Order: sequence, then structure tokens, then C-alpha cells
Amino acid sequence: MRGWERIFKDKLVVLSLAIVASVLVAGVCAPWLAPHDPEEVHMELRYAGASWAYWLGNDHLGRCIMSRLIYGIRPSILWVLAALGASVAWGAVIGLLAGYFRGRIDSLLMRVCDVVLSFPGYVMTLALVGILGVGLENILLAFILTKWAWFARAIRTAVMSYAEADYVKYARTLGIGHVQIIWRHLVPVTMPAIAVIASSAFGSMVLQMSGFSFLGLGVQAPQPEWGMMLSEAREVMFSRPEMMLAPGIAIMVVVSAINFLSDALQTALDPKLAASRRQAPGQPTARDAEVRGKEVA
Amino acid sequence: MIRYIMKRLATALPLLLLVSFVTFMLNELSPADPVRSVLHEQGVPVITEELLASTRAELGLDRPFLVRYLDWLLSCLRLDFGASYVSGKPVWSLLAPAFANTFKLTISSGAAIIALSILLGVLCARREGSWTDRLVRGITFLLASMPSYWLAALLVWYFAVHLDWLPTSGLDGYSSYVLPVLVITVAYAGIYFRMVRSSVLSNMNEDYVLYGRASGLPERKIAAHIVRNSLQVAISVFGMAIPILLGSTVVVENLFAWPGLGSLSIKAILSRDFPVIQAYVLVLAAAFVLFNALADIINAALNPKLRKEL
Repeated sequence: MRGWERIFKDKLVVLSLAIVASVLVAGVCAPWLAPHDPEEVHMELRYAGASWAYWLGNDHLGRCIMSRLIYGIRPSILWVLAALGASVAWGAVIGLLAGYFRGRIDSLLMRVCDVVLSFPGYVMTLALVGILGVGLENILLAFILTKWAWFARAIRTAVMSYAEADYVKYARTLGIGHVQIIWRHLVPVTMPAIAVIASSAFGSMVLQMSGFSFLGLGVQAPQPEWGMMLSEAREVMFSRPEMMLAPGIAIMVVVSAINFLSDALQTALDPKLAASRRQAPGQPTARDAEVRGKEVA
Repeated sequence: MIRYIMKRLATALPLLLLVSFVTFMLNELSPADPVRSVLHEQGVPVITEELLASTRAELGLDRPFLVRYLDWLLSCLRLDFGASYVSGKPVWSLLAPAFANTFKLTISSGAAIIALSILLGVLCARREGSWTDRLVRGITFLLASMPSYWLAALLVWYFAVHLDWLPTSGLDGYSSYVLPVLVITVAYAGIYFRMVRSSVLSNMNEDYVLYGRASGLPERKIAAHIVRNSLQVAISVFGMAIPILLGSTVVVENLFAWPGLGSLSIKAILSRDFPVIQAYVLVLAAAFVLFNALADIINAALNPKLRKEL
């Protein structure tokens, strides 16, 4: 595929890919990579600067910032990725069903999506956290419960353009079962669209997760999480502004790498979207869904 | 057009009803017993079974589900959302000023986002591929990847503490708007600027531009046509941005202690003040549905092609 060649020619894309991949690996291998226990308190090392033993220095309880950063990948990135996967999978099932069967199933499923989408993302997440209580798992649950509808809509649009294709009609005339047709003929062709949609949501979900933790609704102390580390650093912002640096830069680098990859993926896999500059202005496109789904922390 | 407006509003109505039902359901899903939390928040030392039962009856929580829903819905329509579990004040008296403050913040940020996105979008599209274009795209890309509360903290540290130019938090006077609006604008302008840019670019490839050039129109006039046509797309995008903004000022509001819905909701969540949470969700979701309808109506007014869709 020429798209892939183009992707790997771009050095920035390779760099972004390397960043995202190494962050994911570091998160999985945190116990082996972290130089110290992330929750180990050393009051004598409060606010110590960088040293050979503690590369990024120590926080307000003398804990190793480096280790906290590495362990923080788990809730900040890995769990968000898992929630993304779950909601995309659920959204894909709904989107495939709605886009393939059309008719009453379609309109019923889409009405449900409408209802879910009528709650602004933040509001629904806040509501669920308010009712189920604070904590990482409730935010992840809220992510899954609120994001799937948007994925389902976008995937339905992608499916619809293939569901009426001649080869699908042919397969149906041959008497091949619906499940078989969806699995063999529709899932593979909609995969690129699904990948683009999922990756474009990943960056903003990471930002939202850290935002919720920053507000004290997510991961609870003493567990390390990037947004939480920032909220702890904010307490001493005026005397020790440098404490804001490590977690903030970590979030920014990872999110820009993710967004960059998502853009590259979109250009490579979904030439239709990239070519939407040729489309008649004013016509609703997949972009509309994209805009409606964009929320920043 | 009037037909379109009526039709669009007619589709919003059942949605509003469903939204209210989901909001009401949310409370039912709560694992916490609201009666217990009321008594707890009121500082009752010993909670007996009789007390639980009498308070339940007092709050009307012992009636069947649908009755309670209809009752709740009717009182919501009269803006009576009950009383806060924590302070005992009517929820509406807390919610109304907070909504007004959030709305002010949303409108000012929305205006700033629109102005900045159009300015940068047109500028970059006209010089596609130039250094200006690349620089602006690079910077907005990085800014959009930044956690807004981090940016906010850095800005507060620099402008409010280091230079002492602006207030760090709260809402008194116009200077309080500067930092929150700046943070929200920076977070969103990156997204919308790209839309404007690509819309201008797509218009530049249209036939009418070629035709204009061929018939010898001056470049300035062609540019004016391009901008006017691309603004149409921009307006439809911005119409959707306002409701999104309205619901996502939570983090910024908390950072700047902005007395709006975001601060109110977080306080309510942390103290598990269910009536306030419920009213917050309902009011924002209703506003979201109505603003989306409004955005569609504005779009349809601008583009007759869209009117046929409903």
C-alpha cells in the first residue's frame, strides 16, 4: 500500500510512533523500569532536585517523580486506551448492525445514539461520577458509556457506503448469512475508518482523563497519575513552579504524538476524508461528527 | 424556512423528553440511599429506621417510579428542582446565577475562538505551505495537545503572580475574563482554525474561482468571494462549538474559581448533592439539545440545500 510507505517516510510520524510505542511499553513494564517504589515516602528528600538516584527529583513527600511518571502511564494512558477499545468495539457492533440492516433497527439504534449524544460528554461523565462516586474505574465506565454512541454513528456512516456495494448484494443473493457477510465483507473494509475514528478520540480522552484526575475525581492518592501529579504540584505552584514541568510536558508530548499519528493515519488510510476539500461546501460530512465529538480538557 | 424550523423543533421535543427521563433514571441508579444522605448531610447523629421511613415519606420517595418521574418533570418545568441536600437552598437559586456566569464565559470564549480561527485560518490558507502557515499550524497543534489546566497554571503564574497584571481567580470585573477566555480559546482555536483553513482551501479549488480569474476579476474580489463562501462552513462549525463549550468549561472554571456551573457541579459531586447534580445535567443537556437545534436552523437559513433533509 502506498499509504503506508508515505507514513514511514515522514520522520515526524516515525518519531511519534516511537514515542507512543515506548510509552505504552514503559507503562506495561513499569515495575521493572521504575527506579523506585512510586509510593515510597522520603520526607528528608522533599523537593530535592535531580540527582543520579532520582533523575527527575522528588515531590512534596520526597517520592521519586520519575517512578511516579512511569507508573502514572497506567491510569493515564493504558487504562484510557482500554476504555477506548471497549467503547470503539461496542460502537462498532452498533454501527455495523445499524449500517447493514438499516430500516427499523437502524432508526431505533440511532435514536438511542441521539439520546446519549444529547448529553455533552463532560456532563454525562460528571453525572456518572457524581452518582457512582469518584475513582478511576467510574471515569473509565463513564467514558465507555458516553463515547460509544459517537463511534457508532461514525462507523455506521462508513458501513453504509459499503453495505449497498455489489459484492455485498451478491453475497446476499448467494444466501450467505448476515453475520458472515458483516464479518467477512464489511468489517475488513470499515477497519480503516474505525482506526481513524478511534485514534482521533484517543488524544482528547487522555487529556480528559488527566483533567478529571486533576479535579480530584479520578485516581485517588497516593496512586500516581499524571493529572493528579499536576494537581499536587499546583498546591506549591508559587514556591516550586518547577514541579509542574515533568507531568505537564509528559502529557503534552504524548498527546501531540498521538494526535500527530492520528492525522497521519487519516491521511494514509482514509483518502476520502483527506480529499474532503473537494467536496461541495455546506454538505454534512464525517467531519461534522468529528467536530461534535471534539472536546478538550 | 418556517416549516423547517417547526420540524427541527419538533424533533428536539421527544429528545428533550428522553433526556429528562435518562436524567431522572441516573438518580435511581445511584447506589447511595438519598434519604440517608439527606439525613447525613443535615448532621443527624443516629439514623433510625423510623426516621428513615418518615423522611422518605416527607421527600415523597416512597411513591412509584413513574409517578415520581412525572411529578419531577412537572416541577422541573416550573424551574423547581427541589432543595440542595447540603445547604437546603432551592437548587434553582444556585443554578441560575451559575448558568449565567458559565454562559458569559462561553459566549466570550466562543467569540474569541471564532475571531482567532477565522483570522488564522484565512491567513494560513492564503499562504498555504509558507513559513507562516507551517508555524501557525505547528503552534496551534502543540497548544491543542496541552492540558488546558496546565496552560492555565502557567499563565496564572506568569501574568497574575509574576507580573501581577490580572486577577488569579474569581469573577469581578472584565479583567477576570482575560485568563479563562484565553485558556479556552487556545484549547479550541487549534481545532476550529483547521476547519476554517481547509474550508478556505477547498473553496480556492472551486470552479467559480477559476471562472473569476478567467474573466479577469481582480484577485482582491476573488478573495472576498472565497472568504464569504468559506465562512458558511465556518458558521456551521461554530454553531456546534457553542453547546460543546457550554459543557466543557468545567476544568477551567475550577482552576479560576469561576462561579459557574463547572464549579457548582464539582462541589455537588464531591459532596454527593444529588438534586444539584441532577438539575445540572438536565439543564445542560436541555441547553445542548436546544443549541444544536438552533445551530441547524442557522445552517439551514444559510444553505437552502440543507432544508430538504428533514
